[in-house]
Amino acid sequence: MSTQKTFEEPSYLEYKGKYKGIFSWILSTDHKRIALLYLFSLMTFFIVGATLGLLMKLELIAPGKTIITAQTYNAFFTLHGIIMIFAVVIPGLPAVFGNFLLPIMIGAKDVAFPRLNLLSWYFYVIGVSLVLISQFTGQGPPDTGWTFYAPYSFRTTGNMLPAVFGAFVLGFSSILTGLNFLVTIHRMRAPGMTWMKMPLFPWTLYATGWVQLLATPIIGITLLMIIAERTLHIGFFDPTLGGDPILYQHLFWTYSHPAVYIMILPAMGAISEIIPAFCHKTIFGYKFIVASSIAIAFVGYFIWGHHMFTSGMSGTALYTFSLLTFIVAIPSAVKVFNWISTMHKASIDLQTPFFWAVGFLFVFMIGGFSGLILGALAANIHLHNTHFVVAHFHFIVFGGTGYAFFGAMHYWYPKITGKMYDSRWANTGLIIFFLGFITLYGEMFFLGMRGMPRRYYDYDEIFHTGNIFSSLGAIVMYFGLAVIIINLIASLKNGIKAPSDPWGGKTLEWTIPSPPPVENFDEIPVITKGPYNYK
Amino acid sequence: MVTHRDDLASKTGMWLFLFTELLLFGGLFIVYSVYRYRNPIAFHQAAHELSVVIGTANTIILLISSTTIAMSITALQTKNKKLCLLLMGVTILLGLAFLVNKYFEWGAHFREHIYPGSSVLALRGHGDVLFYGLYFFMTGLHALHIIVGLVFILVIAVSIFKDRINSENYVLLENSGLYWHLVDLIWIFLFPLFYLIT
Amino acid sequence: MKTDENEKHHIIPYRTFLYVLAILILLTLTSVTLTQISLGAFTVAAALIIAGIKSTFVLAIFMHLKFENKMFSRAVCGVILLLAAVITITLLDYLNR
Repeated sequence: MSTQKTFEEPSYLEYKGKYKGIFSWILSTDHKRIALLYLFSLMTFFIVGATLGLLMKLELIAPGKTIITAQTYNAFFTLHGIIMIFAVVIPGLPAVFGNFLLPIMIGAKDVAFPRLNLLSWYFYVIGVSLVLISQFTGQGPPDTGWTFYAPYSFRTTGNMLPAVFGAFVLGFSSILTGLNFLVTIHRMRAPGMTWMKMPLFPWTLYATGWVQLLATPIIGITLLMIIAERTLHIGFFDPTLGGDPILYQHLFWTYSHPAVYIMILPAMGAISEIIPAFCHKTIFGYKFIVASSIAIAFVGYFIWGHHMFTSGMSGTALYTFSLLTFIVAIPSAVKVFNWISTMHKASIDLQTPFFWAVGFLFVFMIGGFSGLILGALAANIHLHNTHFVVAHFHFIVFGGTGYAFFGAMHYWYPKITGKMYDSRWANTGLIIFFLGFITLYGEMFFLGMRGMPRRYYDYDEIFHTGNIFSSLGAIVMYFGLAVIIINLIASLKNGIKAPSDPWGGKTLEWTIPSPPPVENFDEIPVITKGPYNYK
Repeated sequence: MVTHRDDLASKTGMWLFLFTELLLFGGLFIVYSVYRYRNPIAFHQAAHELSVVIGTANTIILLISSTTIAMSITALQTKNKKLCLLLMGVTILLGLAFLVNKYFEWGAHFREHIYPGSSVLALRGHGDVLFYGLYFFMTGLHALHIIVGLVFILVIAVSIFKDRINSENYVLLENSGLYWHLVDLIWIFLFPLFYLIT
Repeated sequence: MKTDENEKHHIIPYRTFLYVLAILILLTLTSVTLTQISLGAFTVAAALIIAGIKSTFVLAIFMHLKFENKMFSRAVCGVILLLAAVITITLLDYLNR
């Protein structure tokens, strides 16, 4: 690869295309610019969602009404859930880092359908806008929680239609991204890059793509049925017309459980990139990590019922779902062992992304083990709908996907922006964030075990001490987040220029300049070796 | 940006999209199987009220239209543009005929006050409400797909007329055909599930 | 990517399509007749099996699966099996409630 020549070409950030100003971004079909469009919109929604979360925790700092009313609290947890699930963690890693890095990591100039890629960003923005519109129009904001459970979702006077339709549109955006990535991976790998020479982040995007493609339509149709139920009284989920609300739960979780794997698989992929780069060592058990990604995507499709253990399902269904839930833990554990084995006897370069990866391992383990407790039928009856569940999924979704997202952010920041960030501030932010995170969500495990239900704005006096800790943790975590984000923004201006390979990574993105030129590669590279070729 | 043509990528993308369509209807087939299992007698009797004649006619119309669009690809491959456009025109006309039949069918139900949310229907019991709910929802969604398919084929026909699509470069025609066949495929299952299982 | 792949296409003669159409119409009429004479519990099975045969023809000939890369047929089978598995697991609940 003639790196000398590429330096003369303008980077994707400086490139002057057909359009000027903002239009050179919102009409761009360059996968790197689209990734940044996603990044900015997603971070904006993330801050909105996090602020709502902070306000809820402030409400819970004392029993009774503290700062917001019960109805507002209901609206807040609904909006917090919809934004964080559908607009932040589901698109999160695929839409931002997948878009930016997938073509580069497999040695392509762009994704297979660049215009479709832009279209899916528009769907994303329209979807979130619809959700936000629902807050300010009609007879009050939606108050069902992000799950839109029947029959409440078509009985409440809250303004459900735009929110539900918004979620539908977001699903469409997710499908188009998944479809695009699948075709890109099938058709556009560089010559010589066989399946088993593909880096692990593209591999997880591949597994995720299938889940996005095959699970999302189910929620699409389910949301359409909710809309039909509200407008036409079609009766599918209405017990007074013969419908079965539990069927709604089946259909909803047939998507929404695989959705958890849409969130976590690319996160695992990012971690699988970070760990070998900072250990300067080939990843341990590449093939096992690949196989476990596929296994997670596959088994993950059939375990939705563990969200419904107390709904009144048949005993046979209960046992089956519980068994399958335990089985899906195996491939996840395989990955954890592989990551730890990679670190074994490595000369580790202790940099911010590596700390995030280790943080990921720690919280992901806690989240995973608490998941096994919830997957056991008897324990679930006690813990269902308590703060234990809230703690569990925040450890997995925020602890897993969130940590990996920030890890990826710090790992690929030099490549994306061409600047280095200030490591001291980044590490300080991480420590504050981590302490806040553990206090906030760790305490919830204990609250839940003692019986504090989720989604209540008030509680008994016996839960007060725990809630004070938890809410203080929320404030600390929010502060830590602010440090992290401000540091990244400030480094755009103050950071020193990044070399093309600041960490000593071996995957293809580190062979091109930072920031990458418009067409990524001067000459499409020919691949002869595996992706983690450290001596 | 460089534009390079990759027909196989385009076709792969179309197939993946068809999978999502298949699962979209798949969700409804799940609902159908559950409620049919729970209300066997009501479904059985309600199915008697649908006209097997119109249903069969519509099935055959769609099958013929599928054949004509498939043949239009052969016509374009063998550079017979006129025949290709003719076959596409026939496909569109047959699609419209299907919709007209559907319109009369639905109209007849509406005159008998059978539609979702109708109080007459509600009095007939839960099984009937669910059967007709599913009937209107599934055939309605299917009709929507027919309309989308017709527009797709029309757009492609215009491109062929203007020679933007020709015997060298017809993957979009194949894709519109694939979409139309999927619509046919779903009807192949909707027809027995609503009209025949009596 | 590679232009030669764009050219390689199988041309299916018109009469193949017409034969398939004849078979499909015949199968449709068979299934209508079969369900008019009551077969009891087998009615549903018969109608669905015929629908399955019809869709195989549509997939293989009209949708060119028979002539395409095997990857497509495998993916189609996979999706159908997936849907069947989801229906089965959902019914695990309803059949045993």
